[in-house]
Parts: sequence; C-alpha cells; structure tokens
Amino acid sequence: MAEITVTVDGVNYEDHVEPRMLLVHYLREIVGKTGTPIGCDTSNCGACTVLMDGQSVKSCAVLAVQADGTQITTIEGMANGALHPLQRAFHEEHALQCGYCTPGMIMAASDLLRENPHPTDTEIREGLEGNLCRCTGYENIVRAVRRAAQAGVSE
Amino acid sequence: MTAQTEVVQAPAPELGRARLRKEDARLITGQTNWTDNIRLPGMLHIAFLRSPFAHARITSVDVSAARDEPGVIAAYSGADFAAEQGSLPCAWPVTPDIVIPAHPPMATDEVRYVGEAVACVVARDRYAAADALAAIEIDYEPLPPVLDIRTALDESSPKVHEAGNLSYDFLFAQGDMDTAFHDAPIVLERTYRQQRLIPAAMEPRSVVCSCVGGEFTLWSATQIPHVLRVMLALVTGIPEQNLRVIAPDVGGGFGSKLQVTAEEVLAVLIARKLGRPVKWTESRSEGNMTVHHGRDQWQQLRLAADADGRIRGLEVDLLADMGAYLMLVTPGVPVLGAFMFPAIYKMDAYSFRCRGVFSTKMPTDAYRGAGRPEATFAIERLMDELGVELGLDPLEIRERNWIKHEEFPFTTVAGLTYDSGNYEAATAKAKELFGYDALRREQQERRESGDPVQLGLGVSTFTEMCGLAPSRVLGSLAYGAGGWEQASIRMLPTGKVEVVTGSSAHGQGHETAWSQIVADQLGVPFEDIRVLHGDTQVSPRGMDTYGSRSLAVGGMALVMACDKVVEKARAIAAGMLEVSAADLEWTPGRWAVRGDPDKGVTIAEIALATFAAHALPDGVEPSIDADATYDPDNFSFPHGTHLCATEVDTETGFVKIRSYVAVDDIGKIVNPMIVEGQVHGGLAQGIAQALYEEAVYDDDGNLVTSTLADYLIPSASDLPSYVTGRTESPAANRLGVKGVGEAGTIASTPAVVNAIVDALRPFGINDITMPCTPERVWRAIQAARGGDQASAAEQHEARQSDQTQGNSPRGVTPGSGEAQQTGGTA
Repeated sequence: MAEITVTVDGVNYEDHVEPRMLLVHYLREIVGKTGTPIGCDTSNCGACTVLMDGQSVKSCAVLAVQADGTQITTIEGMANGALHPLQRAFHEEHALQCGYCTPGMIMAASDLLRENPHPTDTEIREGLEGNLCRCTGYENIVRAVRRAAQAGVSE
Repeated sequence: MTAQTEVVQAPAPELGRARLRKEDARLITGQTNWTDNIRLPGMLHIAFLRSPFAHARITSVDVSAARDEPGVIAAYSGADFAAEQGSLPCAWPVTPDIVIPAHPPMATDEVRYVGEAVACVVARDRYAAADALAAIEIDYEPLPPVLDIRTALDESSPKVHEAGNLSYDFLFAQGDMDTAFHDAPIVLERTYRQQRLIPAAMEPRSVVCSCVGGEFTLWSATQIPHVLRVMLALVTGIPEQNLRVIAPDVGGGFGSKLQVTAEEVLAVLIARKLGRPVKWTESRSEGNMTVHHGRDQWQQLRLAADADGRIRGLEVDLLADMGAYLMLVTPGVPVLGAFMFPAIYKMDAYSFRCRGVFSTKMPTDAYRGAGRPEATFAIERLMDELGVELGLDPLEIRERNWIKHEEFPFTTVAGLTYDSGNYEAATAKAKELFGYDALRREQQERRESGDPVQLGLGVSTFTEMCGLAPSRVLGSLAYGAGGWEQASIRMLPTGKVEVVTGSSAHGQGHETAWSQIVADQLGVPFEDIRVLHGDTQVSPRGMDTYGSRSLAVGGMALVMACDKVVEKARAIAAGMLEVSAADLEWTPGRWAVRGDPDKGVTIAEIALATFAAHALPDGVEPSIDADATYDPDNFSFPHGTHLCATEVDTETGFVKIRSYVAVDDIGKIVNPMIVEGQVHGGLAQGIAQALYEEAVYDDDGNLVTSTLADYLIPSASDLPSYVTGRTESPAANRLGVKGVGEAGTIASTPAVVNAIVDALRPFGINDITMPCTPERVWRAIQAARGGDQASAAEQHEARQSDQTQGNSPRGVTPGSGEAQQTGGTA
C-alpha cells in the first residue's frame, strides 16, 4: 500500500492505496466522486476525464499514486455556487442525452478552452476527438462549447 | 373562496416548446445514480471467467483454488447453478417449429462463443475478484467453430447445436409473384451485406442485487425493468412479488439493454446463495464481446419492374445470423424488417423469406432500428439501382413508385396501413435545403474535369413502423408480450403532480416531455410536475422503452390518465361549487360554471379539497388520481427524405460527408429540441454503420474488435454537421405523434452509401460493402480500373472475405426477365 495526498475538488484527502489502483477507481470508490464514470478500459472514450493540476487527464490511464500531491478537479467541483459556463451551455444547447459522457466531455472542453479560448468548430471537433458520445451525434456538443467560448469561459 | 374571484389564464401550450431538460441538472453536475455508483454494506463483487474458445466442450472445471485467494468469498462454475439457473428467455418464437436451444446463463458442458461465462469469483473488491480468476482451472476440448452463415446450412458444416444450424425459416408473401416477374422488362438482382455491429452504449452494463429476508432488489443498467422482472421471476422461480427491479440512471441503450442477460440472472442467484449484496460491472472489452450485437444479415434481393420503372414485385431472401443462442427478441429482429422492405413504394407482389442461422458468435438482437434499418438499406439501395437502369434521377424513380399524399391511409403490399404521410412535401423541402440541383451540376463538372475528388449524392426516402405496438398484432406474430403502456397521475394535496410512467427512459428526456404533455392536459405548470419511472415498486406496470414506442404509446397513456383525472375532478368541483357536474366546463387547469367563468375551482384546489375530503358529494371517492393503459390501434409511420453529399477521393478512397440534410415527418412535436437531438444521434449511428463500424471475428471465432481502440465509434471530428428540417403529417392518435428515436439511424445508412456509390458510378462501381472504409473504397476503384473486373474483383474478394459477392455493374438484364448473374452464395 502506498500513502498518497490528493486534493479533490478543493478537499484534501490522505489515503493508503494499492500501487496499481487507477485514479478513477480511487476517485469513485475511495473518495466517493461517482460523478466521474468509467466508459472503457483502453482510454479511448474519455468519460472519466478529470483535471489534474488544471490539465485534462483520462483518470483510467493514471494511477492513483501518480496523483500524489496534485489537485484534481472533477465534474462535481466545476460548479462554484452557480453552474460553470460549460455546464450551463451543455444544458442550454441540449448537448447531452443519457449524460454518461457528459462529465468527461465538459472536463475535456474546459481544458480545450483553456488552451484555445476561441476555437473554430473544426478545432472544437478535433479537440474533443478523445471523448466519445453515442447519443448526440456531437452537433449540440460543438454548439455548447462554442457558446461557452463566446461567454468567455476561460477568463 | 378565493377561486371564485380569481380568473386563471390558460397557460401557453407546452406542446411544441423547446423546453430545456429537467434531467440535465443531475447529469451536468455529476449527481448521477448509475448502477455502478451503488455501494451497499457488505457488498461483494463478481468477476466472470469467459470462454476463450468459439466452440468447445468443457471437460473439467475446478474453482477450488480460487476460493483460497485473498478476499475471495466464493467461486462457482456452471455446475453450481445447474439446478436453478434455467435458460435465458427468448420471447419471440417467430415460427411454430423454431429451434430455441437451451441457453444456460453459465455454460455447463459446452461453450458456443468467445466470451460465454464459464465460472465466476465473488470477492470483497473488484480487483480481488479479477485476480482470483487466474486460479480457476478449466479444460476444454475445442470443437470446430461456425463463422459464416452462408455455409452454415451446408450438410458438411459443423453444428452449433445438436439440432443443426437452422433456427427457423420464416415466410411471408402477398400478391402473385409469378405474374410480377413473368416477362418483366426489368429484373434486378442484388446481394447486400448488413455487417455485424456492436451497440456500445457509453455506460457499460452493471448489475447490483440485494436479497433481504427473501425479498430481492435488482438494480440494472437496463431499458426494460418491467419485462426483466417478469422474466427473472420465470427463470429463477423467485415469486414475482418478491422481486423489485430498478433501472436507475441508465447511460444509453440503443436496444442493447433490451435484454435479459446471463449476468443479471447470475447476480440474483449469487445474492440468494450468499445472502449478501453483489455487484457486477463489465469492462468495455467484456461488453464488446458479450452485450448482444446488432444487424448481421446477408440480403438477396430480386426486383421486377416495368419499362417505366414502376415496381411489379420484390423478392427478399435473408440469411440472418442469430449467433450462438436466441436471446430475448433475437429471431424477431429480421422479421420486423419483413414488413418494411416495401417501404413507401407501391407494388403488386412481395415475398419475404428469412432463415435464422446459428453461428459460434455472440447472439444478435435489437439494435437501434432492429430489422428496419436492414430493410430500408436494401430497398433504398435497390431504388438507386433501378434509377440507374432507367437513366432516371434517384428522386424521380422514387416518386414514380411512392404512395401519393392523397392516397393515405394506404395499405401496403406487406399489409400495413400507413395512416398519414407526405413524401412529396418532405422531398421538396429536403431538396431545397440541400441545393440538390446545384450539387448535381457540380457533380457533372467534376466528372467532366476528371477531378480526383468525385462528388456523390445519396438519397433515402425512408419510412419505418414504430410505436411498438398493437398487442393483437404482436400476438399474431407470436411475440411473447403485449404492446400497451401504462401511466398514472397522482394529484398531490399541494397541487403538485407525480406522473408515473411505464416507459423507462435512458437518455430520451421523458421527464421533460412527459411533463409537457401533462402540463397541457391538466393545466398545471411544467415545473410542478415530477415524472417517476424505472422502478417496479414505484411504477408497477409497464412495457418499457424501445422501438420508438414511448411517446406514441406511453404518451397516449398519459393523455388517457389525465382524462380520467379531469373527469374525477369534475365531480368534486361540482360539490365545491354547489352546481350540477353537467353545468361545469373544463379549461386546462380549471373547472368553471358554464356561462359564469368567474365561478370555478382550479385543479390544485380540487386536489386539496380531495385530500381533506370533508365535503365530497355522496358516493364520490376521495381521490382524483387515475391510471390508464393504452394499447395502440396501429403502428405509427414516421418518414422522411434524407440527402447526403459525399466527396470521395478516388486516389485514397477517403470519403468525406460534405453535407447532410434530414427532413423528417414524425407528426406532431412535443419538444423540438429533444427531437432534433434524437435525429442528430440517430444520424451519427447510421453514418457510423455506413463508414466506420464492424464487429469482426477472426477465423478462430475471436472477436478482434473487442476494445474501443479496435471498434471505431466515430468521434466529433469524424462526423459532419447536420441540417435538419421537418414536415408534419399528424399521426392518427390523439397527440398526432409518431416517434423519432430510430428515424435517423434507419434513414442515414443508405443515404451515405448511395452517395458513395453515386460518386463512383462512372467507374462502373455499383456497390461498396459497409463499412465503406478508405481501403474498401480504394480497392473497389482499383478493381474497377483494372479492366479485368472479374479477376480484380476476385482479388478484392480474397482480401475481404466479408465483402458482398457478385454485384457486377452489369447485374441488370433488361427485357429478359432474368438476371445474368446471381448474388452471394447464400
């Protein structure tokens, strides 16, 4: 067992974990952050995307021990009193149906807008190609990210 | 009483409003309740050991060493369940003599596909359970796999089951086929391939079962909590009243969660054995192997037409891959298609044959569209071929054959009565949005200039039967259940409303759309309504969600339940207002005295008075709650015209969708935002079949597309932006609604493939087998350019064993009444 200290959505956690434990399992089963779901086992789908020190990672492709000393933001930490502009935009543009990919999609989109605050539609599509959605056909996801960008999400 | 002075303004109608979804609040913040989120005290985790062989005899299983592994509580083989596991149900015996082999949830003596469960470990955490699988010792005696249904019916073929590889032979015919084909000026003969697909809902399957005092609660990522409860009771013998099934938040289904799975049954049995709660959540690789697959047909088609292109007859002969067993509706999927091949076209005669054939692969079952995409693909591809034969534009040949708008209601050659539709209107709108004529001109220019990137225009004028379904029709098709739906309205004392539905949403937005329907019917605010679903204890009756049925059937049940609430409220309002019930008049939300509209009571006031029940008229029960069950008279028939423009790079084979226009007629609209979302998602899945997806087994029967790295679900960068439009021919039901869940998927696959083939017509190409990958398109072009088409085609065939055979560009024989060549070897 390894001892790790991780800040998740602003709260500090100290835990002993198996060295092989995936970050996503740590978040879901030890910390209780079940808002971050698991969609695959090959890091293709992106459903488990979180921010690690501000950068998006697929938490199924990171070991919990690698997150030692980092700050993790999950979908549950995005709303700060009010909904995050991306959360609002996903709601307003109907960018989700079953909602299973949504946490990862929003986290990936937030990193995309951090790097490129005013992306074109093509840049949005390419920036989100690591996140799969089976319901929406992506059209409204693109609209939502565009809307959030216009609202100045990165500022 | 204040109500007598308060004039209630009728609220603006909810139907047609793009209401933002109620569901979103929890989904965008991570406050979700997926089955895998559930943690119960003492809960154990199940891991399954699965067959590495497509076909083998199990000669020995020893799980004892696994029991000694750290954290392991129990380990079982099939023998441990043999006395109680029964057989997984098939609810659709499509013919009287269908072969339905026993399907034990855990294999006991023989395995018939890679991934079939053969043993399991139950441990304190998921890691320990997975680790201990390695300690199980199991020996197999390999048997020959059966992987190609085109040869599986040969005498020499190995057998999947003792009874042989034919499950059923379903025949349907109307009209005089001999007359239709005799001396027909045009006979087309084609073979098309519907490849095997993996539904791949984003949420993997997950099951939790607890057993407390003999009462079982099963949480499952399922589309069908009600059907599942009945089936689990029948399979396990647990009395139905002691079994509660909950579908919490469910992350997509597309038919894949319309199933009674081995893992669900085994979770119940293990919870019963151990008296402790258990959980199983699949990995994606496990899911790709063991969630039922979709499609997988070989379609042999013959079409006879007059010289002017009028269709005389259509003959359909299908081979449908059942996989290793028949699951819940496996045999019925291609049979649903039987009624859809004639589509929107008039013809004199039609015959349909489908042989369901076993293979040593994962069973197939419902996948978005379920039989109808396969049928629509075939007929829409054939219509293009017929147009080419006559030198007619694909829209022109369709118009010569389709049912005219003034001919509705129209009974098709397949015996369905289409209640409404207007194919002319949808097509005109689609052409306009698409810029059809300008694109045709551009296509001509590119052809003339020899542009390496050729332009193709694809047409799909589809219809579908949905709103499944009138119970008596299902009965006549030997389906094991009815097609009704249930709704209950609970009027709460504070004037708020609980709506209980038997539909079981998993992304469709029922909480929003059902609120809109009830708001209009009862005249209560949208915000005051809560929709409850997906729990057999809360919603005891239901037929669940699939087949684009929820609105057309479940929505109508809501309307009928609201009618009853309003009527019951009338009697109580009469007492409150001290007038005769006959003198009252309803405007949504309020009963008032006819001729004295200021004197009335609102539904909220009636609900409170009913709760108090102090002064109800004699003989009136103190409740205005109501239930209703709606059984539709007919299917509903959405239709539309989809147009796709593809740019095909003839040097690389790469296909780019340049524009896609979808004009759908789904009748009246409850929520246009949700409708558009359903269309988008449906298009994506249909386009994915055309361009990207295929479940591939190797020669030993291993699934080589078992991960999302191998099975190509398109991402945002792989798909185009869509242009959507609507026309509106209301359905015959009171809401005028038809259903939209499957339309995009059904329509788009042939639109895309027709566009690709249209781009490549000058090369003499008349088919590309799906998925139309760059390699397949490139090879088809090379083969066509090679001059010796036959040998090039053979080389192509050798490299692509799954390719359609024999569709040479000269597969048409005007005037002879016979085709020069036949299709596949089926």
